[in-house]
Amino acid sequence: MRSLTVIAGLGCALLYGCVTINIYFPAAAAEKAADKIIDEVWQLKKPDTPPAK
Amino acid sequence: MRTPNIARCGWLAFLSLFTGLAWAQANLEVNTPAIAALQASMTKRHGELAAFYGNGAVGLTRDGFIALREANAVPLPQRQQVNGLVAAENQDRTALYKEIARANGKPEWENDIRTTFAQRWIDKAQGGWYYQNNAGAWTRK
Repeated sequence: MRSLTVIAGLGCALLYGCVTINIYFPAAAAEKAADKIIDEVWQLKKPDTPPAK
Repeated sequence: MRTPNIARCGWLAFLSLFTGLAWAQANLEVNTPAIAALQASMTKRHGELAAFYGNGAVGLTRDGFIALREANAVPLPQRQQVNGLVAAENQDRTALYKEIARANGKPEWENDIRTTFAQRWIDKAQGGWYYQNNAGAWTRK
């Protein structure tokens, strides 16, 4: 009975994890993507500059 | 045999949580042919639009688009052209926000992406350009 409760609890955690994936908006990643596109559209950085490594 | 099962289950739950976190912090996919095409079209159009941002005829709206804010700054014969540029630019921007959301498998992110772009367009605008502040009033940068 106890292990059943544990499994149910873990199931909930798993579900929660999935829900988190679905609702979370990656603001930092979106900003990075926006910057990349805006820099190119507005020519704010030389497009032929080799990426800094 | 019970315990390993539970352990595995717990491990899975844990893993799924971290996968969510790691995935959320990864980059957004923006390297698709559709996005590249929109970007190229907007870059090309910017050559014509830049002068109108500069003289204040066109401004950046707070919702991620552009608008003709001062028609008087445009000589009459050119107004039609500017209107066309603004409409075409906004069409591309709508498609861009939608396409980024779609390319990442999250069409419901379109609005969040648009909001993010709205802020970044304004942040990166040149001094002297006009943008709408949070209250919707035109402000000179």
